[in-house]
Amino acid sequence: MLKIWSMKKEQQKDENSAEGNGAAAPKKKKVTAAQLRAQKDLSELSLGTTMSTEFPDPDNILSFVLYVEPDEGMYKGGRFSFTFNITPSFPHEPPKVQCREKIYHPNIDLEGKVCLNILREDWKPVLDLNAVIVGLQFLFLEPNASDPLNKEAAEDLRNNREGFKRNVKIAMGGGSVRGESYKRVLI
Amino acid sequence: MATTEVHPASEPARWAYLDRIRTRPGPFTNPDSFDGKVVAEAMENMKILVIGAGGLGCELLKNLALSGFKDIHVIDMDTIDISNLNRQFLFRQTDVGSFKAEVAARFVERRVKGVKITPHNCKIQDFDEDFYMQFQLVVCGLDSIEARRWINAMLVNMVDEEVEDSYKPLIDGGTEGFKGQARVILPTVTSCIECQLDMHAPRAAVPLCTLASIPRQPEHCIEWAHVIAWDQEKPFPDLDKDDPEHITWLYQKSLHRAREFNIPGVTYSLTQGVVKNIIPAIAATNSVIAAACCNEALKIASNCAPFLGYPDNNYMMYSGNDSIYTYTFRHERKDDCPVCGTLARPLPDIDQAWTLRDLVDSFAARPEAQLKKPSVRAEGKTLYMQSPPSLEAQTRPNLDKTLVELGLVDGQEIGVTDPAFATVVFKYRLKFKS
Repeated sequence: MLKIWSMKKEQQKDENSAEGNGAAAPKKKKVTAAQLRAQKDLSELSLGTTMSTEFPDPDNILSFVLYVEPDEGMYKGGRFSFTFNITPSFPHEPPKVQCREKIYHPNIDLEGKVCLNILREDWKPVLDLNAVIVGLQFLFLEPNASDPLNKEAAEDLRNNREGFKRNVKIAMGGGSVRGESYKRVLI
Repeated sequence: MATTEVHPASEPARWAYLDRIRTRPGPFTNPDSFDGKVVAEAMENMKILVIGAGGLGCELLKNLALSGFKDIHVIDMDTIDISNLNRQFLFRQTDVGSFKAEVAARFVERRVKGVKITPHNCKIQDFDEDFYMQFQLVVCGLDSIEARRWINAMLVNMVDEEVEDSYKPLIDGGTEGFKGQARVILPTVTSCIECQLDMHAPRAAVPLCTLASIPRQPEHCIEWAHVIAWDQEKPFPDLDKDDPEHITWLYQKSLHRAREFNIPGVTYSLTQGVVKNIIPAIAATNSVIAAACCNEALKIASNCAPFLGYPDNNYMMYSGNDSIYTYTFRHERKDDCPVCGTLARPLPDIDQAWTLRDLVDSFAARPEAQLKKPSVRAEGKTLYMQSPPSLEAQTRPNLDKTLVELGLVDGQEIGVTDPAFATVVFKYRLKFKS
């Protein structure tokens, strides 16, 4: 049988590593890799003044709500929230992000699904939660008519930018746009 | 239907070729560690664990039993489905519905005299460290990344530098269609599955907006029905991918959308395939990969030839897409690997009467850490997070509680992060002063 132990000793000699990992202790309740990574991402989160978080259960850092209050752009004055659900496969899989309010936005559909490349096809494990929230912020500053999830909103943005801006105001104020009624999200 | 009762050649003849490898030194044997007199006996006393009794698992069990391993355990939680029978050759139609591990074990035991196979019809997560400690070698034929990460973390965390037997080599095989890989992991010595996570290509996803506005392929229509139409209409409370009624609903929706965009090719079985992310399993790929894995097991157990893993190459990839191609290379360990890069270090002399604040402050004084803004968590328990602000406010009251009040016990593992060390996660094992 192979002797990994002696290999390890050899390797340690080579690396001249002095760090000991210590003797056997009852090892219990290990911190999982997904949680460690989420902890790391959260402790480096830069939310700025326009965003805040809420943890329904602080012991479960894999599930939280992000509030976004854009201070410029067409959605200025509104307050939107997104649920973040991090799966045990994180960071192999992206976090699941969904908008809780009904929103008139070309890249977010009426169910709250978000069309953001890094939340789906362009996610890489090297990306972190900061990248995702920067992406969300960007969607509010630069709604994008060429990747529509809400086709009507995208059409409006493409054909009549001023009309689109008005519609955003109406929707955020709790009015109806194109037969859909929205809840008031102004602060 | 052929019966499984066959009479192999006499037993000594069956092992003749194997024994030639096991008893004689050859051009590849290591003169320092090969001892032909003891190999066969050592292998017979070795306990080896196979995880998964599916496509790869059937091959692995058969190969290992025929390679001279006598004490094999196998874990699989699944039962046999009729669609398994084309490649999972240890199963017959009458076995449908029975546990895979159970049936596979009995079949191989019947065919290979003297081998003992112990089946476990459960999840790998149902066992603890004590169970895994009894094996000398673990061979995986799994289909999920999650299970691989779990067993990898288990084996890495089991390593105790003072205890030689705590090092368990992990041999991992995997296949997807015509492609596969075989790799050997020597926990904490060579790069682990977590280090190699980027080798698994994430499932190719189609942009959501393509699904919503400009589908071009039948798969786009099915994905649209799956991720968008289902949520809008909620025909059933929860999607059960194994319920034909649910798949039929998705199929009808997809078909309708495909007609709208003039896209041919949506069928019921394609719907099933896309929704369940089925990649056709190829029997030949399984046998190539399982053979490679078994070869590594034999080499590790007998020292008859250098094996994959140390000091050089540890990863063999195979592609049968366009003719046959294999490439073997060395995947480096990652220093910041959250599993093997940071083994939990003991944190001695902790007074259980300490408050969490005492513990948090102590990290600033530790020479290897020197953390000014540490955030601390235990599994399932957020102790103190410096950021984001809402979590800081929620966990601040913990700072004045004692470690005991917070439910921390001797030997508990905690994770410590600090924005000043962006790439490092510190793991510690609390050791209370007695």
